[in-house]
Amino acid sequence: MSLWEYANPNRFMRLTDKVLPYLVVVTALFMGVGLFWGFFLTPDDYKQGSTVKIIFLHVPAAMMAINIWVMMLVTSLVWLIRRHHVSALAAKAAAPIGITMTLIALFTGAIWGQPMWGTYWAWDPRLTSFMILFVFYLGYIALWAAIEDPDTAGDLTSILCLVGSVFALLSRYAVNFWNQGLHQGASLSLDKEEHVDSAFSTPLYVCIIGFVLFFITLVLLRTRTEIRLRRASALLARERQG
Amino acid sequence: MPDLGQYAGPVLAAYGVGILLLAVLTGLSLTRSSVAKKQLQDLEDRRRKNG
Amino acid sequence: MIALLKRDLALALRSGGGFGLSLAFFLIVVMFVPFGVGPETSILSKIAPGILWIGALLSCLLSLDRIFQLDFEDGSLDLLATSPLPLEGIVAMKATAHWLTTGLPLTLAAPFLGFLLNLPGPAYLWIFLSLLVGTPALSFLGTFGAAITVGLKRGGLLLSLLVLPLYIPTLIFGAQSVTLVADGLDNTTAFLVLAAVSLLTFALIPFVAARALKVNLR
Repeated sequence: MSLWEYANPNRFMRLTDKVLPYLVVVTALFMGVGLFWGFFLTPDDYKQGSTVKIIFLHVPAAMMAINIWVMMLVTSLVWLIRRHHVSALAAKAAAPIGITMTLIALFTGAIWGQPMWGTYWAWDPRLTSFMILFVFYLGYIALWAAIEDPDTAGDLTSILCLVGSVFALLSRYAVNFWNQGLHQGASLSLDKEEHVDSAFSTPLYVCIIGFVLFFITLVLLRTRTEIRLRRASALLARERQG
Repeated sequence: MPDLGQYAGPVLAAYGVGILLLAVLTGLSLTRSSVAKKQLQDLEDRRRKNG
Repeated sequence: MIALLKRDLALALRSGGGFGLSLAFFLIVVMFVPFGVGPETSILSKIAPGILWIGALLSCLLSLDRIFQLDFEDGSLDLLATSPLPLEGIVAMKATAHWLTTGLPLTLAAPFLGFLLNLPGPAYLWIFLSLLVGTPALSFLGTFGAAITVGLKRGGLLLSLLVLPLYIPTLIFGAQSVTLVADGLDNTTAFLVLAAVSLLTFALIPFVAARALKVNLR
């Protein structure tokens, strides 16, 4: 295994070396300002009281949970078609971030649900879909962990991501049918974004941007880690041979 | 602390869980990164020494 | 390719190849439900469609790792992959063999087991039809999982973790096809979508599973 197949990763490492410190600062800025603003400086909602403040964690996390899976899908396709190692490793790096976002969405959703619906868990189509997404993430991460050869692992997890995406979409439709089919018109949606007052929407946008930046920063960091680990195992293999 | 009224519990719990999960994720990522960095550094030093 | 199908069928039926095992497991799971939730017939009657579907689904899982494992270990999978037969066709045949030896028997057994769970009258036909249409999807999706994990030593549990989420649409539309009828509602949409999902798996799985096999056979 020639170390020079890492030509692309070298450029990646050099670029991220330069960019990462700035990203950290901008991320901290947006996250800090957004959450501070949302928590301390927003009024109560006349229906939901102060629980509306949970929106500033719940909505961005939920958006990221889905968007990260989409990113994994894209990078998996890039790996399958163009064989860029950085792409495969970026997908691997993103998954734990995605599953954490899913957990945050689930927990904050459940905690929000208690005062609003009187129950911590309800098989609301949205919450159920996130539970399903959580299990898809779990399978993906488990598969990476189970396979030793990194290229094989990259290939199989990419194929899994593809098929998983199709069935995650089908599940979404299925879950909507399954719950709505019985209770027509029960709107248990917590995300009433149609008429969100600007007092809430502006800090919400700041938080969303903050979460996106958080993801970008962390996935770059984690991809660098994966690249280093891969180089290390290549060096170890060389040591054992010669 | 703003007046959270009767919902203080849920709101603080939600923020607590959310920030905790983000912190744990970040912490684990940083730890893993520095372990990998050190491991690679050691291997590359050994390689340079042994030629 | 028909020869391949016949060979797999013979193997499954012969050496205790799991043929009776799935049926026995199905029976046991169905028996466990009253033990777990109580014998009250009104409750059993309400959850029977779901239980039958879940039982059939779990029973399908049992024989999944067998689909490619034996051939992988003795090298015949390599031979098959390099033969003039398209690997996609081989995958389809393997999935069909699995269905004939697992899904179909479960489908036939289900109405009888529904009896034990006080399945409502009109639902008997539909538990049969929905399983008939849905279990092929379970076999094909299971074959995909088997292709992904064929190289792994203890792949069984991971196989389940990977395959079960893929079963969710089939499970929901399948069980709904029966429950809606039991509740006196129209189940056309559910049944049609169930069929559509199965057709989708026939079209998609052979290609992705073949790709996964090629990766594992490298």
